Amino acid sequence: MIESGQWEPKIIAFCCNYCAYAAADLAGSKRMQYPASVRIIHSPCTGKIEMEHILEAFEKGIDGILVAGCLEGGCHFLEGNLRARKRTDRIREILDQIGVGGERLKMVNLSAAMAPTFVERVREIVEAVRALGPNPLKKSVGAP
Amino acid sequence: MIVASPKPVTELKKLIARHDKVLFVGCGTCVTVCLAGGEREVGIASYAMRMARKIEGQPLELTQITIERQCENEFIKDLAEPASKTDAIVSFGCGAGVQAIAERFPHKPVYAALNTQFLGILEEQAVWTEKCLGCGDCMLAEFGGICPVTRCAKRMLNGPCGGSTEQRCEVDADRPCAWQLIYTRLKNINQLDRLDTIVPPKDWRPSWHAGARKIVRPEHRV
Repeated sequence: MIESGQWEPKIIAFCCNYCAYAAADLAGSKRMQYPASVRIIHSPCTGKIEMEHILEAFEKGIDGILVAGCLEGGCHFLEGNLRARKRTDRIREILDQIGVGGERLKMVNLSAAMAPTFVERVREIVEAVRALGPNPLKKSVGAP
Repeated sequence: MIVASPKPVTELKKLIARHDKVLFVGCGTCVTVCLAGGEREVGIASYAMRMARKIEGQPLELTQITIERQCENEFIKDLAEPASKTDAIVSFGCGAGVQAIAERFPHKPVYAALNTQFLGILEEQAVWTEKCLGCGDCMLAEFGGICPVTRCAKRMLNGPCGGSTEQRCEVDADRPCAWQLIYTRLKNINQLDRLDTIVPPKDWRPSWHAGARKIVRPEHRV
């Protein structure tokens, strides 16, 4: 995304219905500002986010992904967020090995009331990815 | 079930470095169950390989297919058409699957994407343990159904070694002592008397030491 001539990282935030999505909603209600380049995908639980979903987004050129789930111990489905943590850890390894960079993927845990934390985490990943530069797949041959 | 584990992404990348059109073949039997080489794992590896190659500026044309069983010609024949359009095949099957495909396509490079490990069972989600060596001369009846040849680090046939401590193996404390398991099991089934019999040294001739084995069952031949 290019706004006013400056490159802005394109970020997807996979948000759990029971916490992060509500936190993002609350952030909106409170008129809290966070980078507009973040696109939220509403997920029933972070445990439902498959490794393929994340890998496909990177292959299609997304610059960074935030997986936002409930606080540990607070998952509506008991351990979906714990599973998501293990999966994101594994994908981070793969991203490092193939040269995309594991730092582009981050998982955070928060509750529905933690709108300021959500905003802060979003800003953090945007800054981290901005420092890394665009997804290297965009520069390569055949990139979408 | 045959248990295998995926090779690291970096190793897989090296295997296919010289090819631009590759067929990834999953197997729908053992390696699907052990989460190493089924449709899903082939998909994840494909994402990784495509991205890795795109970044290197050497894009990979990748086709994915998962067949029911790679160790049977009946199913391998489904690969003929997709294989004809690729430079190489990467098999996500066990060692038998890889070799079966290589035999079927004598002029096509075939690579293994997995490290085939052992014959084992699923203990709990994503945990597998070895249970059988395939030694060709099963002695399970004498040991209450627990194999010391596979599960005892020292392959003791006449009772535990001196290192068995608190029911754990001295070689790896993570592992139960096979002989403790055998004793408990024989006690439970009232067959402790089996321990009175001295088991002679194992006959290893039916094992693999003289090369790959072959079984012919005349009654089933056509």
